[in-house]
Amino acid sequence: MKVLDPTSERAPAERARTERPARLDGLTIGLLDISKARGDVFLNRIDELLVARGYAVRRFAKPTFTKPAPIDLRHEIATQCDVVIEALAD
Amino acid sequence: MTLTDGLVAVVKEDCPTCRLVQPVIDQLGAHVVSEDDDAGLELSYRLEVDTVPTLIRVEGGKEQERTVGWSRPQWEAVARVGGLGPSLPESRPGCGSRTLDPGVADELAVRFEGHRLRSRRIELSPLEDEADAMFERGWTDGLPVVAPTEARVLRMLGGTRRPADDVVAVVPPDLAECTVEKVAINAVMAGCQPEYLPVVIAALEAACTDEFNAHGVLATTMPVGPVVIVNGPVRRRIGMNAGVNVLGQGNRANSTIGRALQLVIRNVGGGRPGWVDRAAQGNPGKVGWCFPEDEEGSPFAPFHVWRGFDAAASTVTVFAGEGPRGIVDQLSRDPESLARTFAACLRTVQHPKLALAFDAVLVIGPEHGRVFRESGWSREQLLGRLEELLQLPGDELVRGAGGIAEGLPAGVAGMTIPKFRPGGLLVVHAGGGAGLFSSIIAGWASGPTGSQPVTREVGL
Repeated sequence: MKVLDPTSERAPAERARTERPARLDGLTIGLLDISKARGDVFLNRIDELLVARGYAVRRFAKPTFTKPAPIDLRHEIATQCDVVIEALAD
Repeated sequence: MTLTDGLVAVVKEDCPTCRLVQPVIDQLGAHVVSEDDDAGLELSYRLEVDTVPTLIRVEGGKEQERTVGWSRPQWEAVARVGGLGPSLPESRPGCGSRTLDPGVADELAVRFEGHRLRSRRIELSPLEDEADAMFERGWTDGLPVVAPTEARVLRMLGGTRRPADDVVAVVPPDLAECTVEKVAINAVMAGCQPEYLPVVIAALEAACTDEFNAHGVLATTMPVGPVVIVNGPVRRRIGMNAGVNVLGQGNRANSTIGRALQLVIRNVGGGRPGWVDRAAQGNPGKVGWCFPEDEEGSPFAPFHVWRGFDAAASTVTVFAGEGPRGIVDQLSRDPESLARTFAACLRTVQHPKLALAFDAVLVIGPEHGRVFRESGWSREQLLGRLEELLQLPGDELVRGAGGIAEGLPAGVAGMTIPKFRPGGLLVVHAGGGAGLFSSIIAGWASGPTGSQPVTREVGL
């Protein structure tokens, strides 16, 4: 659907990204596996590297990569994590 | 649009009358515009043909005359040729133009008029729910909005004669120029019908004046927002409700006009709660609040006449107000007693010990209005009596008096202080026929340093 911008158009049309933190200290990092083949290989390695640096890591996985993440999962990540790394692999 | 001189006949294939008159069209050698091909459909749209066949005589590149359907005398008059279609019946009605078919009209408007719209187009992803997508972009007040598609916005613009690129106002807090088109987009989102658009435009013009001070009204920590009061013939023309539940929900015009104004302030002006809108508590009327006066049932002259406008004019008045609160008086049957009730309640506006700082609107319900009508009191008489009754003893107002720290500085002790500044009390009449009730809409900081009520005429 195409709609007309109701604003003064001073901001970009794209939704603004959430501001990226300057440092990860003290933040909980979520690792989201979208359940595509070998995504876990990449995320396992990221997990190791982050834990070795002393960061708190939590793991999540979508039931299937073909559909958007279920709302409960999104809620879980949003409430438990400060940042999330999503792996897209093949 | 320049046309070739001669006769033009607009037809479509599935119209029996068009087929019937085909021999006449051939005899006249008229230029045939068929709605069955794209070019013909566009020409028919631009000629504003609503019935086929339509026969048009063009001279000097301009239309001189047209007739629709088949009528021998009318065709002969337009074509200036006698003895047309001798074997045809005298007359036959035409068929509806394809340009007006359901769905086609909107599509043609977008195709041929869409370029008039200057606003940025935003493509919502097919994976997004459109209502959710608009929430997420921050375009709504927390309630769902209607998606402002090109077709809907073009239809909305049909509600005014003003060009889409006309600047209506500079909207605070961002001081962004707002065109008729941007008002139309937000009016679509609010749920307005096209015929409400001139009222929304007038309300925006009134709100974006130095007198009304929409920036301050938005930014204040007090719980006020723009309250829009409508007067004049436009109320009935757009089906507003001045009766039962007048200050509440349920009527489309009442509910959406004020909302459109607030959406313009949010989206064009950038005024959002928690940002420049710093209201400590706010009020539900800030979603949008608009109501008409019941002039016909009023014991007084219409409110806009009191404000200096012609009775035949349609106007909007914007008032920086908080939510309404009721006045119950089921026993007063004489105007003096009822005026005293009003005065006692009006004294409490914002605080019984504060004076001269806040305006108020008194919305008199019909059953209270009847008391003044039966005794022949005018609005001026009532206002005069209220002014007398609201002369407050300074001794009661000073800080600490009555064991209440709030109040006026000690200097007012011994003085008499009016509750309202001159002209700071507005009286309108509205509501359902049963119930001996009225309402007060209390205001914000009054006068030139705060907000003053502003009335503007509704244009076309």
